[in-house]
Amino acid sequence: MKVLVCISNVPDTTTKITFTNDNTEFNASGVQFIVNPYDEIALSKAIALTEAGKGSITVIHVGEPSADPTIRKALATGADEAVRINAVPHSAWFVANQIAHYAKDKSYDLILLGRESIDYNGSQVAGMLGELLGIPSVSAVKKLDIEGERVVVEREIEGGKELLSLPLPAVLGTSEGVAEPRIPNMRGIMSARTKPLTVVEPIAVEELAHIVRYETPAPRGAITFVDASEPEKLVELLHSKAKVI
Amino acid sequence: MSVLVYVENTEGKFKKTVYELISYAKSIADLYGSQLTALSIGHVADDELKSLGRYGVSKILRVDSEQFKSFVNQAYASVIASAAKHTNANTVVISNSFSGKGLAPRVAAKLGAGLADGAIDLPTIDGNTLSIRKTAFSGKAYAITELTSAIKVIALTPNSYDVKENPTDSSIEDFAPENEEHDFDTIIKEIVRASDKITLPDAEIVVSAGRGLKGPENWGIIEDLAEVLGAATACSKPVSDAGWRPHSEHVGQTGIVISPNLYVAIGISGAIQHLAGVSSSKTIVVINKDPEAPFFKVADYGIVGDAFEVVPKITQAIKAYKG
Repeated sequence: MKVLVCISNVPDTTTKITFTNDNTEFNASGVQFIVNPYDEIALSKAIALTEAGKGSITVIHVGEPSADPTIRKALATGADEAVRINAVPHSAWFVANQIAHYAKDKSYDLILLGRESIDYNGSQVAGMLGELLGIPSVSAVKKLDIEGERVVVEREIEGGKELLSLPLPAVLGTSEGVAEPRIPNMRGIMSARTKPLTVVEPIAVEELAHIVRYETPAPRGAITFVDASEPEKLVELLHSKAKVI
Repeated sequence: MSVLVYVENTEGKFKKTVYELISYAKSIADLYGSQLTALSIGHVADDELKSLGRYGVSKILRVDSEQFKSFVNQAYASVIASAAKHTNANTVVISNSFSGKGLAPRVAAKLGAGLADGAIDLPTIDGNTLSIRKTAFSGKAYAITELTSAIKVIALTPNSYDVKENPTDSSIEDFAPENEEHDFDTIIKEIVRASDKITLPDAEIVVSAGRGLKGPENWGIIEDLAEVLGAATACSKPVSDAGWRPHSEHVGQTGIVISPNLYVAIGISGAIQHLAGVSSSKTIVVINKDPEAPFFKVADYGIVGDAFEVVPKITQAIKAYKG
């Protein structure tokens, strides 16, 4: 089985988010970047599916050379080779087109990626990739099993869950529960240095949507403390002041 | 030029989030001075469809045949794109629900449309450019996205726009969509729905608990409080990682990001990753025995005390208040 895993390079989850240039750019100075946590789940699942010589994993990233340490981390975790499309990933549409263009004649059986990235929180790339490649997609799966030529997945729906069977190839967004997380071991870290990382130049894509600026949430007002012995006071405040009950 | 809104039904019924979505789409149609058309796929009774007119829908396109009985991402995306062309829509509005998140990017790609997902308020329109605000960095910031394509797709975050009545005469029209060869390759094997449970993304009130509860056996007081409030239950990441509660209840940066009217956090210290997922809640109540818990810094109301003593008392007080 040939698996393509798409990874984003995102600020570590503990990062305090600030912006520069009149709030038009994310301030990356001093920020530690990591493999997007949901993409790590995709990679962990890909490793489980291809273990013991049952296939190969290519990781693909659209980004600049500064993302190479993140890509090496994915190689150390267990991917066999990596591809970096050398461009600023400025929109989901741009990224999806780059990946689709790269993947279209490589006959991957499965394309996995996290259900969203924790920076822009789009869950756009999976669906766009599916559409561009003309194959099925599920934006967020909680379970994933290969059954012959098909893949059976579970996805969350409002108030429940749905079990689906899709023909391969398919694009699947992964969320928590899909796989046990894998972390690089010493052998992985050593071998990652010599695994191939191919740099590919981007194709031109028409821009349809772009971020023009950022805002940070307004700070909340001061907290009102209620004594633990007077819960009815909290109820009163929630009713008459906050008007939420 | 018109606005098309896809209205998702849940076993033939429309939920409140659908009325929010229509109210929102109607406001966009008003900005353009155009009509609002709703698209319903699957079986919904006429009376239920007619209820959409209360919120400003002029025309309802209905696709109700056996092959569309249950949701198939690719097939539904084709229907929506086909209806957008049929109604000459310049804006397509979809809910950013579990299913909507799968549909919106496919619909946008089919139409060559720019997509703004996770939208949280009305766009501003300047000529052909539409600007819209969405949450980014898992609630730590907002991003203003500009859509410059001829057709635009917007996916609205549930519970971020108020329902507005706008009684309009609406007509129902059967619509025959164009589908593609592989649209029905995906097979739905099973749907399991716990009908009595309020789901997290829909919930107006969420009661959430963390490691302070000490173990899964202590969740009874959380469920009791949630029940009297008509709330959904949630938890912090350490709790779902430990298997005390299912992953589907995990709210935070790497879990579900929610924006209920009221979020009650019990025994959760308030790590930055957790705060990111709940910071757009309208009102936050924090109950924690540690007065130094960082969560108190971003809360509206706080009680310093032992959850095992305080929570049952609050439950009683709410019961008394509700009579």
